[in-house]
Amino acid sequence: MTDVLLECKNLCKTYGHKSALNGISLQLQPGKIIGLLGPNGSGKTTFLKLINGLLTPSAGSLLINGKPPGRESKAIVAYLPERTYLNDSMKVREALRFFADFYSDFDLQRAEEMLRNLNIETTARLKTLSKGTKEKVQLILVMSRQARLYCLDEPIAGVDPAARDYILRTIINNYNPEASVLISTHLITDIEQVLDEVIFIREGELLLHKTVDDIRFQNGKSVDALFREVFKC
Amino acid sequence: MAWDFDPDKPLYLQIVENIKLKIINGEYPPGARLASVRELAAEAAVNPNTMQKALSELERNGLVFSQRTSGRYITDNTLLLKNLRHQSAKQHIEKYILCMQELGFSAQQAVELLQEYLRQGDRE
Repeated sequence: MTDVLLECKNLCKTYGHKSALNGISLQLQPGKIIGLLGPNGSGKTTFLKLINGLLTPSAGSLLINGKPPGRESKAIVAYLPERTYLNDSMKVREALRFFADFYSDFDLQRAEEMLRNLNIETTARLKTLSKGTKEKVQLILVMSRQARLYCLDEPIAGVDPAARDYILRTIINNYNPEASVLISTHLITDIEQVLDEVIFIREGELLLHKTVDDIRFQNGKSVDALFREVFKC
Repeated sequence: MAWDFDPDKPLYLQIVENIKLKIINGEYPPGARLASVRELAAEAAVNPNTMQKALSELERNGLVFSQRTSGRYITDNTLLLKNLRHQSAKQHIEKYILCMQELGFSAQQAVELLQEYLRQGDRE
């Protein structure tokens, strides 16, 4: 547990003169499932975009496996954005091929197996799929990579509870001591029991970074209950 | 099916209790081989690190032991298993007495009510 998968120091991001992230410093170790939690507009997506090199920091530093975001980090980070970016006229099968072309760590068999388990036809065109099914396809693509860091931005919000369970199970089964999963979500109760650690951010600032067991021990309450208390409106 | 958990208590402790119960009721018989951490984690729908922590705790208690190459096993120490069963029974009794005291019954009355209940056999 000495190695660090992700490290950021005083990470800041401003859009014009609006500050989205304000001095985030933290370290993530491999082999963890981490919840990135915060109310709407707290900076979760900005943080994930910075990790994936889609945004550049305004100040501070961000290292993934010792390197700043770039080609090398993208090869080991699998990112599920909040919005789909696949071409709607593609068939599922074509999307698979697209990913296999793009990422050398893509496991086609694994992806096909998951699609089968969720009864998704590979011959279907993406635009003919429901919103939830499209999200499942996207998540399957991302989780079928053998990455070191998975960044999932709201992966379960649009899917039904049964598929949610399947997805969580997939995350558990995919567990690898070398890799970590960073999940941003509002649906805390649904994912709480698979999390090792949680990060609370509010208005771009790091509020808390603890293990779930510590929260339950020290606060005697669930992460969901703590969230409701901390972010009470 | 995923195991049921109380949201306010550390998960690994609840897993420990859950597995203890399965040992007591014979679902995991003495000397039986436990599934792998990953399989158990998937079954319970918890993080493998949490399952690992629970199993380490059970190993510390001597209820589970690991053989380096072939996995983890339930202890076949009958004395230990007997103690476990009694310990667990004691916890339930304490809980019963406590609840009855909260309702204003003395320990003696609680026992009498229990006996009466058993005599009448008005269980479902």
